[in-house]
Amino acid sequence: MTDAELDLVFKALADPTRRRIIERLDDHPGQTLFEVCAATLAEDGSGLSRQTISQHLDILERAGLVRTARKGRTKIHTADLSPLRLVAGCWLGRFIQED
Amino acid sequence: MRLYVTSVFVDDQAKALDFYTRTLGFRLKRDVPAGDARWLTVVPAEDPDGVELLLEPAGHPAVGPYRDALVADGIPATSFQVEDLDAECARLRGLGVAFTMAPMDAGPVRMAVFDDTCGNLIQLVEFPKAA
Repeated sequence: MTDAELDLVFKALADPTRRRIIERLDDHPGQTLFEVCAATLAEDGSGLSRQTISQHLDILERAGLVRTARKGRTKIHTADLSPLRLVAGCWLGRFIQED
Repeated sequence: MRLYVTSVFVDDQAKALDFYTRTLGFRLKRDVPAGDARWLTVVPAEDPDGVELLLEPAGHPAVGPYRDALVADGIPATSFQVEDLDAECARLRGLGVAFTMAPMDAGPVRMAVFDDTCGNLIQLVEFPKAA
């Protein structure tokens, strides 16, 4: 992994709303923007706008942590945890495998 | 001033009338010729004098991009209230209706979203029973 790719993943993780979105999409794959917004409101009680959630999803997608696909005319989002494993393997790993 | 009508844009009025009456269970209220289209409204069977739903032709060039953007993000065109969301969703699924969002708790309400086969996503909402 390049430094630029590591930056994208760490930046994507450096926000609690984005970490919750990853957890949610890992538990419930294939969600629309509307559904992610509804779940964010229901679980966190936060009134984030759709635009804000959409920007969070874009940042996660650029980091490779969220994949999008078309289901009919609707865009759905699913978590992809492989960048986390890469980060653990190529950079974090040298610090956390000591013990 | 009071509300008497709300509308959804539909690809095909005849097909929409069929879906909104036979599948969803609304009743035809008005069907008036209007140029090459119809002033076509439906009402809930239990509230025939209430607010009407206008099944409006989707022919205007702005409608396509507007609806495509909403549907892409899973955003419903409008919302209907039901007494028992899970029962209604099961009934509609049995009739072949496709849901983009399964029933879920969203704060104070429970809701789901389905495809009306006429170009729109529609939200169903169940409000908590008054204690």
